Amino acid sequence: MDVSMLQRTYSDLLTSLFREGILNQQFTELQQLQDENNPGFVFEVVSLFFEDSGRLINELISNFNQQAVDYKKIDAYVHQLKGSSASIGAEKIRSVCQTFREYYDKNDIQGCYNCIQPLNQEFVTFKSKLEALFTLEQQIVAAGGSIPMMRH
Amino acid sequence: MRSRVIQQSFSEAPSWVVRRMAAKRDYHSSIGECEGCKRWKFRVVFSCVLVGFMGFLLGLEGCCGVWGRGRLEREGLWERRAQVMVQEFNLSKTQLQALAVLLSSSEREISERIEGPKTRSLSCLLEELCSEKKQSGSNVDEDAMLDTNNSLKKDSNRVEIVPFSVPSVVSDLKDGQIISNLEEFLKSTEGLLGLITENRLMVLLSVLIVMVLSVRILYHMKMLSLSNEHKNLKQLQSSSSKSGGKRKKLLLLGVLVGLSVSVWIFFSMNENIVRRQRETLENMCDERARMLQDQFNVSMNHVQALAILVSTFHHGKNPSAIDQRTFEEYTARTAFERPLTSGVAYALKVLHSEREQFEKEHGWKIKKMEREDQSPVQDDYDPEKLDPAPVEEEYAPVIFSQDTVSHIVSVDMMSGKDDRDNIIRSRTTGKGALTAPFNLLKYNYLGVVLTFAVYKSELPPHATPQERTDATIGYLGASFDVPSLVEKLLQQLASKQKIVVNVYDTTNSSSYIKMYGPDVTDSDDVYKSGVDFGDPTRKHAMHCRFKDKAALPWSAITTSIGVAVIVLLVGHIFYQALNRIEKVEDDYREMRELKGRAEAADVAKSQFLATVSHEIRTPMNGVLGMLQMLMDTELDATQQDFVMTAQESGNTLITLINEVLDQAKIESGRLELEAVPFDVRDLLDNVISLFSDKSQLKGIELAVYVSSQVPDVLVGDPVRFRQIITNLVGNSMKFTEEGHIFVSVHLLEEIKNSCEASTMFEVPHEVNNKKEISSYDTLSGFQVVDRQRIIDKFKIHDSPKDSGHKVNLFVTVEDTGVGIPEEAQSRIFTPFMQADSSTSRTYGGTGIGLSISKCLVELMGGEIGFVSKSGIGSTFSFTAVFEEGGMISGDVKRYYTEPTPSEFQGMRALVVDGRGIRAEIIKYHLQRLGVHVNVATDPKSALSALLEACSLSGRGSLDMVLVDKEAWSDGSALTFPRPLVNQQRKGMLEHWQKIPKLFLLATSLSSSEYDNLKSAGYIECIRKPLRLSMMGACLQKILGVVSKRQKQARGDSLALKELLKGKKILVVDDNAINRKVAWGALKKYGAVVTCVDSGKDAIRILRPPHEIDACFMDVQMPEMDGFEATRLIRSAEKEVNELIGRGEMLIETDQHMGYWHVPILAMTADVIQATYEECLRCGMDGYVSKPFEEQQLYSAVAHFLESDPISDAA
Repeated sequence: MDVSMLQRTYSDLLTSLFREGILNQQFTELQQLQDENNPGFVFEVVSLFFEDSGRLINELISNFNQQAVDYKKIDAYVHQLKGSSASIGAEKIRSVCQTFREYYDKNDIQGCYNCIQPLNQEFVTFKSKLEALFTLEQQIVAAGGSIPMMRH
Repeated sequence: MRSRVIQQSFSEAPSWVVRRMAAKRDYHSSIGECEGCKRWKFRVVFSCVLVGFMGFLLGLEGCCGVWGRGRLEREGLWERRAQVMVQEFNLSKTQLQALAVLLSSSEREISERIEGPKTRSLSCLLEELCSEKKQSGSNVDEDAMLDTNNSLKKDSNRVEIVPFSVPSVVSDLKDGQIISNLEEFLKSTEGLLGLITENRLMVLLSVLIVMVLSVRILYHMKMLSLSNEHKNLKQLQSSSSKSGGKRKKLLLLGVLVGLSVSVWIFFSMNENIVRRQRETLENMCDERARMLQDQFNVSMNHVQALAILVSTFHHGKNPSAIDQRTFEEYTARTAFERPLTSGVAYALKVLHSEREQFEKEHGWKIKKMEREDQSPVQDDYDPEKLDPAPVEEEYAPVIFSQDTVSHIVSVDMMSGKDDRDNIIRSRTTGKGALTAPFNLLKYNYLGVVLTFAVYKSELPPHATPQERTDATIGYLGASFDVPSLVEKLLQQLASKQKIVVNVYDTTNSSSYIKMYGPDVTDSDDVYKSGVDFGDPTRKHAMHCRFKDKAALPWSAITTSIGVAVIVLLVGHIFYQALNRIEKVEDDYREMRELKGRAEAADVAKSQFLATVSHEIRTPMNGVLGMLQMLMDTELDATQQDFVMTAQESGNTLITLINEVLDQAKIESGRLELEAVPFDVRDLLDNVISLFSDKSQLKGIELAVYVSSQVPDVLVGDPVRFRQIITNLVGNSMKFTEEGHIFVSVHLLEEIKNSCEASTMFEVPHEVNNKKEISSYDTLSGFQVVDRQRIIDKFKIHDSPKDSGHKVNLFVTVEDTGVGIPEEAQSRIFTPFMQADSSTSRTYGGTGIGLSISKCLVELMGGEIGFVSKSGIGSTFSFTAVFEEGGMISGDVKRYYTEPTPSEFQGMRALVVDGRGIRAEIIKYHLQRLGVHVNVATDPKSALSALLEACSLSGRGSLDMVLVDKEAWSDGSALTFPRPLVNQQRKGMLEHWQKIPKLFLLATSLSSSEYDNLKSAGYIECIRKPLRLSMMGACLQKILGVVSKRQKQARGDSLALKELLKGKKILVVDDNAINRKVAWGALKKYGAVVTCVDSGKDAIRILRPPHEIDACFMDVQMPEMDGFEATRLIRSAEKEVNELIGRGEMLIETDQHMGYWHVPILAMTADVIQATYEECLRCGMDGYVSKPFEEQQLYSAVAHFLESDPISDAA
């Protein structure tokens, strides 16, 4: 697979991520922050997000499965998750978190609970897609190509 | 003639009536339907006939009146003359009577004529008179008549000489018949003419006046009520019905009055007729009495004369010249002088002493009258058988007698009681004395005896009765045969058949003695006239009455019935008219009510539409919004398609609703125009941009041109103005498949002036008259309709006063579409009407747009019109009045926020286009960009200009060349720059020679053409329709001109970099990712970032002294949130500041000026919720969004970092 092919795939993937609303403009901003002085910035951040959010989601799920649900804690988790996802432009995760918090504000526990599964789903999707993207990126870098920038 | 005048005046009256009627009919027909026209005509004709009839009657009336008056005068005159004649001439009264009778008839005629037309000659008059007499069957001697008339002619008023011609006297007897004939004639005339008296004239006039007045009153009432109706409908509803009732009552009253008038007419006419009959009777009776009296007097005179004769010749002569024989002979021969006497006799006064001698002398005894009573005398009367008279004091034996009464010779007249009284009376008075009527001796009829005393000649003039008695020597008696006398008299007069005459001796007033006439029962209608027979002691009277009962007064009956019928007819007509008026009024009222209701319903409909449309719009927006959101979600291709379709439908629906709403708003008068300043050119660009996709798709040229005279800024309603143009262009777009759509805006004055100068700017005219070439100097070369015709249709409003502020725009939208069929042109502006029903199927749309446009144009004080020709196209034009914006520039409403770019100012451009109009449009747009434009219309001049420009450097050079794709013919533009390119390739151009940038202008460009573009020498293709922003952007891109906004944008980033470079910034966030991102972002701007994950760490770091320039702090953090952390930081700072203030703490660095206050900015995801005040309360200095947004970050940071003196040093 030559570089241009990889680049094309990368581009397509990124475009689809944007089009499907998994990513938003913030991700582009993030990409723009990455430069010679700061290579792998995006990867770092996103990896951090994976790590952190994975932990948070696990916490959430385990919390919900407990006998006495600590909603305050859950809300704090979701808040954090929302902030993180907004920062990296994980739009879908952010919107689920938003929905969650809305339910929370309305004390709709069932609504909150219903959000957990989509949240996890979205996270998994995001993670897999982004990992694929990073794999591609690494491949491109390994092949000596440059990462195509998403233009808007 | 007079009657004719009256007739004429009345013939005018009908015409007036007809006019009035016609007016009334007009009124009716104008209000209601003309179903009753025929009836009305009939009525009019009928009333004309009625009025004509009345006029005729009045005409007769006029004659009668004159005649009546004349007759009265004549009668007076007649009597006076008769008296004069009697006095002055002592004529035979018979003759006078005869004459008078004759005269009375002829004079009647004459006076009648004299009263009438005085111009007519008398001879003519006489001829007529004669002819009339001939007609009546008389054979009067004309000469006699002439004489009589001539004599009458001579004496105008007084009869002084009345020449009696013999024939006239002789014709006395004949005259009897004539007179009767004449009288009959006159009577008949009188009967005809006397139908109506003056009274009736008055009656008819008053009836007419009443009718006319009532018509007028009715008319006025009607008008009044109608005018009221206009004023107040409700008030009228009660008042008109009331007035209708009133009118009917009035009409009833009128009819009753009319009927009573007709009854009154009957009675008055009847009375009149009776009076006239009475008068006639009186006249006739008087006439007869007088004639009788006169004839009697004549006879009496003769008897007196006879007495004198006897006195003279019997007693005066000795011996006597008269004996019985002589007396007989004389009396017989002069009998004609005494037509009424049956006989005369002379009796001698003989005293008893002389009786014997007397009897001896005469040889007979004085005889006594047979009986004292006056029983009828038997036929076998023989005086010889009479007894001798008894011894008396004196006797009066008859010695001479007329042959007719010879039987009384020797009879003693004193022996009869009546005769005796008579004799004694006559001899004492010396005048004739009359006996009471008694049956004459021998004759079996009533008679009277007249006795005259014969005196000795020497009687003193004033003798006493005794002297007279003594002087008496004899008595002359004459017996008058009264029945025959009267009979004869009556035979001379006409109307003998008509009246019955009785003559009575009325000396004894208690019981009259009948002298003549049939037995009569007492009846009221008897006229009595006294008759003087010359004996004062005796009274006689003539009683006249009509033989037949008076006939029914037909004239009165017919007149009154006629009037009644007229009244009833007129009443009927009025009643019908009233009914009709009432009906019409009712209808009118009903119509008004219905109209009001319809109008109310219309308004309600509009309001309903407006409300409903508005109400529909709100949920529709929801639907559309949801659809939009739905489209954003993850959908597969089919779903996407469905949603797209739904959204398109929704958009169409909302457009329709908006249109309906507009229409309804306009109709219900709720639409008000704004008055805001706007840029008309910008507005038109916006309209064009709406249709650019469609026009490119269809390959139609779409262009806009605004005259340079139109001000930049106008004040008006841009939304509505845009709506009109959008509607028109949309309409054109719908119906145009090829060619062009051209929107042009001019000042109306401009158009007007060019009209007047007949040098129409841009009036499309045929380049070639030959049709087959079919190239016109229009935008696309297609034929267009002549818009001059619209301009002609418009009333160009001249408003010189307002011309300073008002701007009258003239907008034309010209297309080369299918055009509007002739028959549909009239309903183009009607809502929901399209040219034909198939149109909506073919082209869609509701047909409401044009109607709205028309309303809007009218609201803007303008007019809209169009010219269209099927197959050629349509041109819609409208005018609209705006105010000039003048200096207003601040709040001009713009569709493109970007103001006109100024980067092109002073550039030069060459426009190459074969079509003038198109070149003009390109020029217009370029000029708006501030570019100087030259136009080259043919390839050669264009090329030479290009080459010339190439050789020039610097100032004269061209910056750009714009070539239309169809500059001359299809595709020619692509090959146009080839020579230039070739030159360049061959290296013929010097290195410093710069080929200007060539742009191709095209509505549509195929991909192959696009590929060829570059090789042909063009740099870029500008897609039409041209509009400012698009052109500007395109030129900018190619020419590399940097716009200010781009500079600005770039500037933000740069400024931020400058601002943040080297700054030490602390980011406090518990979220590692956020921290990382913030770190990355700030680092990008050159800041030195320190990150901590909790408020505690932040406090620790920020405890002075420190080297942090700013802190971005997350608000929501576990354990300690941003606000709490900030407060603690601030309190720590405060402590340090206080210490420094007290000098307990040394200032370690100069930078802080002895006062610690680190800017702390909140980081929040929700910028909207965060408020500046809240941040300040917690001791923060502001907030930034999270994640960072460049601009917001810049403005926030710049705000406090700039105010920080440290930044200056940094």
